[in-house]
Amino acid sequence: MKVEAPATLDEALACLQAAPLVPLAGGTDLLVHWPGNLEAKAGHYVDLWALDELRGIRRDAEGLTLGALATYWDAIRDSRIREEFPILVQAARQVGAIQIQSRGTWAGNVVNASPAADGVPVLMALDAVVVLASASRRREVPLDAFYTGYRTTVRRADELVVAVRLPDRGNAVQTFVKVGSRRAQAIAKVGLALARSEAGWRVVAASVAPTVVRCRTVEAALDAGDAFAAPEDLLPLLREDVTPIDDLRSTARYREMVLARVLWHAIAEAA
Amino acid sequence: MRSPVPRGRIREVRFASGLDRSELVVVDHRDLTGPNEVLLIEPDQPVLAADRVRHLHEPVLLLAHPSREALRRAVAAVEIVVDPEPPVLDFTVDPPPGGVQYGDDNVLKRLSIDKGDVETALAGAARIVEGEYRTGAQEHVYLENQGMVAWEEGDVLVVKGSLQCPYYVLKALGHALGRGPDRVRVVQAPTGGGFGGKEEYPSLVALHAALLARKAGRPVKLVYERGEDMEATTKRHPSLVRHRTGVDVEGRLLAQDIEVVLDGGAYVTLSPVVLSRAIIHAAGPYACDHVRIRGRAVFTNSPPYGAFRGFGAPQTIFANERHMDVVAAAVDLDPIELRRRNLIENGQSTATGQVIDDGTDRTALLDRAVELSGWHEKKAAHAELARRHPWRRRGMGLACFHHGAGFTGSGEVVLASRVDVAGLADGRIEVRSGNIEMGQGTLTVFTQIASEASGLAPSAIALAEPDTARVPNSGPTVASRTVMVVGRLIERAIEDLKARLGLPPDAGGDRFAEAIRAAHAERGEAPVGTATYQPPPGVEWDETTYRGDAYAAYAWAVYVAEVEVDLRTYTTRVVDFVALQEVGKVLNETLARGQIQGGVVQGIGWALMEDVVLEDGAMANAQLTNYIIPTSDDVPPIRVTFEETPYAHGARGAKGLGELPIDGPAPAVVNAVARATGTRPTTVPLTPERLMERLEEGRADVA
Ligand SMILES: Cc1cc2nc3c(=O)[nH]c(=O)nc-3n(C[C@H](O)[C@H](O)[C@H](O)COP(=O)(O)OP(=O)(O)OC[C@H]3O[C@@H](n4cnc5c(N)ncnc54)[C@H](O)[C@@H]3O)c2cc1C
Repeated sequence: MKVEAPATLDEALACLQAAPLVPLAGGTDLLVHWPGNLEAKAGHYVDLWALDELRGIRRDAEGLTLGALATYWDAIRDSRIREEFPILVQAARQVGAIQIQSRGTWAGNVVNASPAADGVPVLMALDAVVVLASASRRREVPLDAFYTGYRTTVRRADELVVAVRLPDRGNAVQTFVKVGSRRAQAIAKVGLALARSEAGWRVVAASVAPTVVRCRTVEAALDAGDAFAAPEDLLPLLREDVTPIDDLRSTARYREMVLARVLWHAIAEAA
Repeated sequence: MRSPVPRGRIREVRFASGLDRSELVVVDHRDLTGPNEVLLIEPDQPVLAADRVRHLHEPVLLLAHPSREALRRAVAAVEIVVDPEPPVLDFTVDPPPGGVQYGDDNVLKRLSIDKGDVETALAGAARIVEGEYRTGAQEHVYLENQGMVAWEEGDVLVVKGSLQCPYYVLKALGHALGRGPDRVRVVQAPTGGGFGGKEEYPSLVALHAALLARKAGRPVKLVYERGEDMEATTKRHPSLVRHRTGVDVEGRLLAQDIEVVLDGGAYVTLSPVVLSRAIIHAAGPYACDHVRIRGRAVFTNSPPYGAFRGFGAPQTIFANERHMDVVAAAVDLDPIELRRRNLIENGQSTATGQVIDDGTDRTALLDRAVELSGWHEKKAAHAELARRHPWRRRGMGLACFHHGAGFTGSGEVVLASRVDVAGLADGRIEVRSGNIEMGQGTLTVFTQIASEASGLAPSAIALAEPDTARVPNSGPTVASRTVMVVGRLIERAIEDLKARLGLPPDAGGDRFAEAIRAAHAERGEAPVGTATYQPPPGVEWDETTYRGDAYAAYAWAVYVAEVEVDLRTYTTRVVDFVALQEVGKVLNETLARGQIQGGVVQGIGWALMEDVVLEDGAMANAQLTNYIIPTSDDVPPIRVTFEETPYAHGARGAKGLGELPIDGPAPAVVNAVARATGTRPTTVPLTPERLMERLEEGRADVA
């Protein structure tokens, strides 16, 4: 294993410009497969952990900025986030357990690009924007346009995520539901983040498609004021938006049914 | 290096060109110096597959290297080439043509129990209630993976590792390596959990480590990683149990007709004895004059299933106790009342004709557990919740059961366990047994037993390390036998030591210590007392007819679960649990509670989430992220209550309790889910996916 340890963001970006190194933040995704993974062990990494300029959560007139090293724990202990973006805290509390919550980063969760992620759905429901930087430029990509397929993103090899920004929209409705195979330390079998602001409804689902996805057909129906008498009535719309599969953890049928049911009850409770 | 397919003929072992073999040690079946057999019940399991493989991950070749990295590279550079044959993977159906791989019909063992005349009794029954129940495999998830170190000391091969049964390992090593017991030595290292997973499997690990150490001419350490441990080692036998039960109009059991089928996997290993315990517990703690139980363990091309806490009983007890609720619904009786009418009374007999007369009042246990659980008050609250809440549902369920302690039938007589107690020069005593500590508290309780029996302070009790060069064979650490059977041997060996020193049985403490020191001074060697197992008087068992006293003693229990089901997600959470048991005598309250709580947690896991996903007969979800066991947040506080009716032939009145708590949670929890949801589930683990199917099928009558 080789690790570069830059002291500043500029140095880190220079490293990445020189070679396609693997960024290492909390390491809670990158390091889990180590015991038997020769390839991961032979990798070349750039450790971001010392880059204080990426740490912390900031607020300005436009909203909230999560630095690339902001952890779940940073959100949990922030009383204003608890008030303004309660689903961030709800999701953070359901990530792993306290060790992972204090080491894992929101940005790492975003770039790791797991379809079962817990951080991504709540960020996406709040219209998060991913801020990317390379040695030569900076750009912003809406999180719902960040993924291009299963575990692939628009991030270029020379880019780092430097922040995730959340616009302040006064979301009146915020619901997060994680359906895991047990109550803690679980990977989501179905995830749902629901939000409503002046921009309309956001319905984001996890573990039911190659990426975390916005359910735009359902969103459009909700924005149009459609009502649903029973959870099953949501299924035809959801089938436009998600493509669940059978795997080791669950079945396509379960995922589809349960997504419809938690969504229906969440809408009912929001009304 | 293991088989890549569930069945086939080995064509060749291919080494990639360019592989540096200078420091690589390679062992295959030709390196054995005895028969290629893992000695246990039948000689069918090879130490290393020679020409054919019968299950995925079957060991074929062993590699060792001084560098772990280099070893990983070597593993990637070796290929076992096998011509695959169609595997047999379903134990519930007859083998297809060409599928027979054991005996005439792939049945590894058949056993039956007959009492009375079942057909006539069924013909006269007011109702006949049928049911079919299934249970899945379960992984032990001991904290410490399988591991062994082997080295040679002069002419003696020493193996030290994580294991429950030093003398099983010793015999297996001697057999396959062609060495007498004086040229092999097995030492148990304090073991990080076993649950039966370190009963028979460590013999294989020890053989592999020993073969490598011998060939390498230096010590070899062989420790499994979690993934390999999960996919290659034993698990609880999957089961299918069918019940046909005749009852009269009052709900009294007239006849129990039971069929038990276990998936044995690819080799016989311990399946015959697991089947034995399964069928003996299959009719439950009830009095019924006409019982027929047909059991079989069946070959499949799966890694062999093996010992796991409960040893066959949890499977049949799940079926029986779930079925009792179905019977109760069929005759429109409360499930508590149905059980009360049928629980065995002192003087009545079990399925094998064993007359129970141990002074325990089983009906009182039932009533006490029901009362502790708040059953009747909660029922009303649950009905109210169902009316009020859109998706939360609650229900209660219970299970009545028993568990026989020690080896089945004449097993303890055959074992003829021995314990020695030596007096040390300073007046302390040393207990010498092959029974081991794996987190369950053997060291503490043995110290207590020896201290009580000798009148010496706990600090004056030494326990010898389980090392076959130093301790006699006191039998394996399995079958809830350690305290009851071996603990009693410790008491008797201490009595024997006193007698040899010319002391009366009630002499203890300083007088005993003084006599030991004097004997040392006089003879210059340690005086040793010894005890060998004697069956309690009046215990009789006929192995051919399966009639008689299947176990010298039973622990009795009633468990009650309260669950909450989320109808949005079909997820079940156990919110309250009462575990009431009669165990003879509790010797150490903290440890006994720990055993019950741990067993209940493991039972809740098996009931609701521990789902071994099989692909090509082996575990596909062999990672702790995908094989789900309960966390502390998934179990409620477990309310443990003990009742005591001392058992005359166990140490200080104790009966075995280690396995008991894994028997009751699954039926209690699933009965509670049935009640909460108005469905009739018949399978564990009852995952949310399976419960969804049940709910989608439409609701049967509430059972
Ligand atoms: C025991 C355990 C439990 C877990 N439970 C959960 C859970 O419940 N829910 C959940 O969603 N996840 C869970 N995870 C996964 C993991 O903790 C999260 O995804 C976490 O947010 C990853 O953050 P990190 O900082 O540790 O990422 P790292 O492991 O450091 O990196 C993850 C990926 O992101 C890349 N990366 C990180 N930072 C940047 C950056 N600034 N710019 C560009 N690329 C970057 C890395 O190169 C890598 O590809 C769990 C992990 C473990 C080990």
